Amino acid sequence: MARLPFLVKDAGLAALVALGLAFPMAGFRLPDGASGTDLSFRFDLVAAAAAVVFLGRLFLGLSRPFFISTGQKLAAKSTGLSKRIHWGGYVLAGIAFVLPMLPFADRNLIDKATLILIYVMLGWGLNIVVGLAGLLDLGYVAFYAVGAYSYALLSLHFGLSFWICLPLSGLFAALFGILLGFPVLRLRGDYLAIVTLGFGEIIRIILLNWQNFTGGPNGISSIQRPGFFGLPFTADPPEGVASFSDFFGLDYSTFHRVVFLYYLILALALLTNFFTVRIRKLPLGRAWEALREDEIACKALGINPTMVKLSAFALGAMFAGFAGSFFATRQGFISPDSFSFIESALILAIAVLGGKGSQVGVALAAILLIGIPEWFRELAQYRMLAFGCAMVLIMVWRPEGLMSKREPTVSLKDGPP
Amino acid sequence: MTAAPLLAVDHLTMRFGGLVAIGDLSFQARHKEITAIIGPNGAGKTTVFNCLTGFYRPSSGMLSLTHRTGERFLLERLDGHLIARTAKVARTFQNIRLFSNMTVLENLIVAQHTALMKASLFTLGGLFNLPSYRHAERRALDLARHWLDKVNLTAKADEAASALPYGDQRRLEIARAMCTQPEILCLDEPAAGLNPKESADLNQLLLAIKAEEGIGILLIEHDMSVVMGISDHVVVLDYGRKIAEGPPAFVRADAAVIRAYLGQDDDAKEDAC
Repeated sequence: MARLPFLVKDAGLAALVALGLAFPMAGFRLPDGASGTDLSFRFDLVAAAAAVVFLGRLFLGLSRPFFISTGQKLAAKSTGLSKRIHWGGYVLAGIAFVLPMLPFADRNLIDKATLILIYVMLGWGLNIVVGLAGLLDLGYVAFYAVGAYSYALLSLHFGLSFWICLPLSGLFAALFGILLGFPVLRLRGDYLAIVTLGFGEIIRIILLNWQNFTGGPNGISSIQRPGFFGLPFTADPPEGVASFSDFFGLDYSTFHRVVFLYYLILALALLTNFFTVRIRKLPLGRAWEALREDEIACKALGINPTMVKLSAFALGAMFAGFAGSFFATRQGFISPDSFSFIESALILAIAVLGGKGSQVGVALAAILLIGIPEWFRELAQYRMLAFGCAMVLIMVWRPEGLMSKREPTVSLKDGPP
Repeated sequence: MTAAPLLAVDHLTMRFGGLVAIGDLSFQARHKEITAIIGPNGAGKTTVFNCLTGFYRPSSGMLSLTHRTGERFLLERLDGHLIARTAKVARTFQNIRLFSNMTVLENLIVAQHTALMKASLFTLGGLFNLPSYRHAERRALDLARHWLDKVNLTAKADEAASALPYGDQRRLEIARAMCTQPEILCLDEPAAGLNPKESADLNQLLLAIKAEEGIGILLIEHDMSVVMGISDHVVVLDYGRKIAEGPPAFVRADAAVIRAYLGQDDDAKEDAC
């Protein structure tokens, strides 16, 4: 291979950097000795680190042609691919639907799947803002928080049921979306990202400090759990009310509620998906994409950029609000800790890794990014290492996200006649 | 002629700080006519367009547009997107601005946003796919197909706009502007970067638009074969002021125009004074 000398040189350079870094950090030890602290050396570790970096870099360099050629092959077969992605979506939905009925489905698995589905939904919601409208939002978790606190406070103070609070939470979150939208109308790209980041933090800090209203750092506990059309999932229902298990003549099991919550979030996530798929083919969705491509051209075609941006913020936020109220009812306890910046970053990573604008890609990315750290809990402190490696590998393999092929919203061949 | 002209520009002035980009410019453009604005680089041609289409707010002056229905709009008082939406002024850009990751057909459908948005009851009706929306969508596709045929892009309708060759992109931008069903079409250097054959095709396209749609065309152009070949009326700008106006043949012979284009050495200028 002609590029080998170059690759070896490149790997050698990387190893040199690793050596420089590892030497002060891993090269010395200060063990307790007879007279205070002794100094000992661990140069074997330094050499090992440099060797690992050398081999890793060499491997990446050698395998790059493979990655690129598979990428090109995939792009060449794009029409067949998009059809297969479509089918992949249905298969994924089918698996999600039958999951609780499978013999190996235990409480643990369904809990993890529920968690993944929350992030799938958040990823799809953020996809409206980032993927379609092209507005980089780093504070998306703020709307999730608004939804969660809306439900918690409404049910705590007014005793409203989950099913009434769910649309209200979406509405409140959408209002906050518009509230954020107004000051950032003129901003784009990096500047927009910074302001949304600030907005996310403001919401979290308000939740943390407004003791009387939000409970501050203690959060809100014993939030009402949802019932199955008025039938609570409890072993000892209050006088005159039948519980879910009594009504259907089942033995009481905590698993019922877990499965119910699972199907609830599945339904909410699919609602988000159907909404996005449908709105892409409507003038509003097309205007979002057009805005992402060129705002000035939009204006010249009579599209009001203000309305288009605000609607994207509001609708994206609405789905985060739905997800937030689900989160609150599932946990039964919320506190500002659940809505830190890292959550926003994670949701954004899901949307970007999935491939901007691709629904199936976002679902896969959520399964990977949320699933991997959950399933690799046994790795303990190396868990995040596996997570990071997975992210790097995805970005090397598919730099534009897992599914970067954009589906046209209308075509002359098979559009409406 | 007693009927109000399509576009009447009266005493338009645009200042950027101390710099007068356009000074006291007045001209008119009519329906079924191609009006060309020419002038050396930096003469203020694109600034006139930006004032007309709401990207700049003029320092002073009046821009009045009269539709064939007799409805009258004062462009300097309208917001940018409303000029395109209600006054029906469409424009293209000097450096092409297509929605490059969207397909050719999608570009033309986005141009019909206003009509489709109403038909979809601001998205609510569209979400449930009401018959009225389906009907409107079919009409939008028909209009798009009509313009695809006109600009010879039907075969490439489902390709990404960025994948088109340069000349096709220019034509697509014109088709997209026409899909807004404008009363006046403002073209900013549509022939820039075209080869002679493409440039000749463009002439035919513009003449066809003028004849079939009955709208007015306002044209900024450097390519004199386009300007002299198809325009009915030419306005010449230099340093933001109008130095000549009239039919192409008249303007071509005008001494001030020749001086502005070919320049004049200092001695000659002193002689002239």
